[in-house]
Amino acid sequence: MGTMDKPLSTPMDKNKQREVVQALIEFLPKSSVLFELEAVKPYECDALPAYRQLPMVVAIPENEHEVQAILRTCHRLGVIVVARGAGTGLSGGAMPCDQGVLLSLAKMMRIKSIDPHARTATVEPGVRNLAISEAAAVHNLYYAPDPSSQIACSIGGNVAENSGGMHCLKYGLTVHNILKLRAYTQEGELLEIGGEGLDSAGYDLLALMTGSEGLLAVITEVCVKLLPKPQRAQCVLAAFDDVTKAATAVGNIIAAGIIPAGLEMMDQLTTRAVEPFAQAGYPLDAKAILLCESDGAHEEVEDEIKRISAIMHDSGATEVRVSQDEAQRLRFWIGRKSAFPAAGRISADYYCMDGTIPKRALALVLKKIEDLSIEYNLRCMNVFHAGDGNLHPLILYDANEPGELERTEAFGEKILKLCIDVGGTITGEHGVGVEKLDSMCDQFASAELHVFHQIKKAFDPLGRLNPGKAVPSLHRCAEMGRMRVHSGQERFPDIPRF
Amino acid sequence: MLTTVSDFSQFIQQAKAVGHSLCIRGLGSKDFYGNPSQGQDLSTLSYRGIIDYEPTELVITARAGTPMREIESALKEKNQMLGFEAPYFSDQATLGGVIAAGLSGPRRPYAGAVRDLLLGIRMIDGHGSDLNFGGRVIKNVAGFDLSRLMAGSMGTLGLVLEASLKTVPLPAFELSLRQICSLKEAIERTNHWAGQALPLSASAWVANQLHIRLSGAESAVHSAALKLGGETIPFIQAQQLWTSLRDHTHSFFNDSRPLWRLSLRSTAGELNIEGEQLIEWGGAQRWVKTHQSASHLRQLASAHGGHATLFKGKAPPDGVFHPLSPALEKIHRQLKKTFDPAFLFNPGRLYPDSNL
Repeated sequence: MGTMDKPLSTPMDKNKQREVVQALIEFLPKSSVLFELEAVKPYECDALPAYRQLPMVVAIPENEHEVQAILRTCHRLGVIVVARGAGTGLSGGAMPCDQGVLLSLAKMMRIKSIDPHARTATVEPGVRNLAISEAAAVHNLYYAPDPSSQIACSIGGNVAENSGGMHCLKYGLTVHNILKLRAYTQEGELLEIGGEGLDSAGYDLLALMTGSEGLLAVITEVCVKLLPKPQRAQCVLAAFDDVTKAATAVGNIIAAGIIPAGLEMMDQLTTRAVEPFAQAGYPLDAKAILLCESDGAHEEVEDEIKRISAIMHDSGATEVRVSQDEAQRLRFWIGRKSAFPAAGRISADYYCMDGTIPKRALALVLKKIEDLSIEYNLRCMNVFHAGDGNLHPLILYDANEPGELERTEAFGEKILKLCIDVGGTITGEHGVGVEKLDSMCDQFASAELHVFHQIKKAFDPLGRLNPGKAVPSLHRCAEMGRMRVHSGQERFPDIPRF
Repeated sequence: MLTTVSDFSQFIQQAKAVGHSLCIRGLGSKDFYGNPSQGQDLSTLSYRGIIDYEPTELVITARAGTPMREIESALKEKNQMLGFEAPYFSDQATLGGVIAAGLSGPRRPYAGAVRDLLLGIRMIDGHGSDLNFGGRVIKNVAGFDLSRLMAGSMGTLGLVLEASLKTVPLPAFELSLRQICSLKEAIERTNHWAGQALPLSASAWVANQLHIRLSGAESAVHSAALKLGGETIPFIQAQQLWTSLRDHTHSFFNDSRPLWRLSLRSTAGELNIEGEQLIEWGGAQRWVKTHQSASHLRQLASAHGGHATLFKGKAPPDGVFHPLSPALEKIHRQLKKTFDPAFLFNPGRLYPDSNL
């Protein structure tokens, strides 16, 4: 049925492996072609280690010509290719294929040019997100999208996942901050997508490529937009004795016409978990805290911070603090930024979810998560990009306890289902990968999934680029008993509007 | 009259059965734009109205036939707007047409284009299937981003029936300035300013005058105005200016010569073109009135990292839009076939080859 079905796991075909290695070392240095078990082991998973698979071969090109040659070779030999950046993805999107080549772009990490006047940077896909801003800093410019993994994640992966970050409500996602791509199809044909202007002729393939999870083409160069660094940034920390009040405050800030540079919420379990670790000085008796940042010109920030503080008070905050200097601002944030490691400290394992909901449903969704937490007998920390409705519940579990992982996965799926039911989505920024294939059957009807498969075929007719990811086969959905057929009705007829 | 999604779906299935091509049309404000197309009229006007608008979500969902005025006045009531400043080019335009044409007004470089704000769509493809892509939330990476693919597709991929767009607050304060300077100087200045944290929201150079708009907190706008210098344009006059640039009612556009739109690297210098120019988007969008050949303009645009569109005038044989590279053309054909295998929708409107 579907072209993106995960291939059946079969014993390693040693002859095929030898053939591929032989063909690759004809033009690649031997050190760039890995196939011994201990050499390929580090590539068996991305940052979602629950899904692992050893690749048949790992190829590590150093430039675009090598990428093209590898793709042509794999095309000729009928071999699957899975592209990988820094391996920081959270949905198994870069999990290798047992009969395929894992194409690591980590060595393609040159910043080719920075044009300070036009405010663009042209970089190879393996360049780290933060490295772009570091290189642009001398011109007082930076690259805006800042996923939490920005110190390690690479720009190629950011494009593949359409990464966001803490500041994306104001500055947009990856799709809003790139201009041009060079990419190669599975057959090794060059695609030049987008341009140096703000738009290009024909269909918007730049948008289509962004977030396509490596299913359409392999990116070898990205031209990104750079923004001037804000003159000043300041942060308000507000504590609430009730989650609903905090949620209302979020709505009140937006309703007042303010688009904060960042607007984050943490629940009590989270603040208590991070405080010993981060020493941010969070009020631990608060049921929820909000962090709300303003950046821009001096006058703008001064004005906005006053208004934000007043709204927090009016919305019932029990305490409102304003960062007085850069050190304090960073201290406010460090707790939020250490939520994931803190989860790892208080629990053997944790599972990070990534749904988006309309903000008006926040209180309802948090209450239901609390109920599910009791039902499944698992703790759940809630961190939340409150401004754009992107939830990151962290389910705490212990993989060594029999049945806990299964309960965790069931709990997680219920949360995603809940996100769909209130009019949201199963993934805000982490991607579908292999992790959320089943939930895709809930979110999309079979006609829509069919279109996704056709889109893949338009770029990759033989289905050899990262097969089995991002889009479930119709067969899989049918087997799960989750086939959603075309209904022609309102999509969410029973959502309460409040 | 077609009023429900299933009415439209059946209508398209019937057209497919008898092999009739269809011309999707709202209020016809952009009939002049794109290549000529022929087919039975498929009007979206009977499918109108705002479906959902909650200002704190920063999202509005409306039907394709909804007049933009209706949407914009609903937003204004809640102190919000669509950041791309949709051009109308006439008294009235619809949401569907604005998405299909993918055009944006003066605020585009600072607030994004239609495609940047498009969050989700409901559409009918060439099979008559009712399809939903994206959603009504700002952050969503489930499935390929087919909503944004519709922006600027000139209706060739299907009938968009509903769309969700991100809204932004209206600026608290706006002020426009005027400076006398050459074209070269205008490009230099606007690019230089864009590299600093200034609340810019529009720029236009025409007839040796550079106009700049600043938007944001009053204090920040005043401080930026002092820094930039120039004569303040009275508020009403400024509003008229930016609307006339958005809708092409400015006297520059009152001309019988072909009008070209060049979209290119904002820092591209003075172009070797006969005829007058109007420059917007901090140098990234250049309007040119000229009789020079399509090939000359396209070559120039390509050399500066962009593309050229014949916005008004008689279409050359290869069409008004910049031709695609063979590799991209192949993908365009496949995408067209995916959504519209019987080639029903707006044949030839995007590229003269009706299979594209």
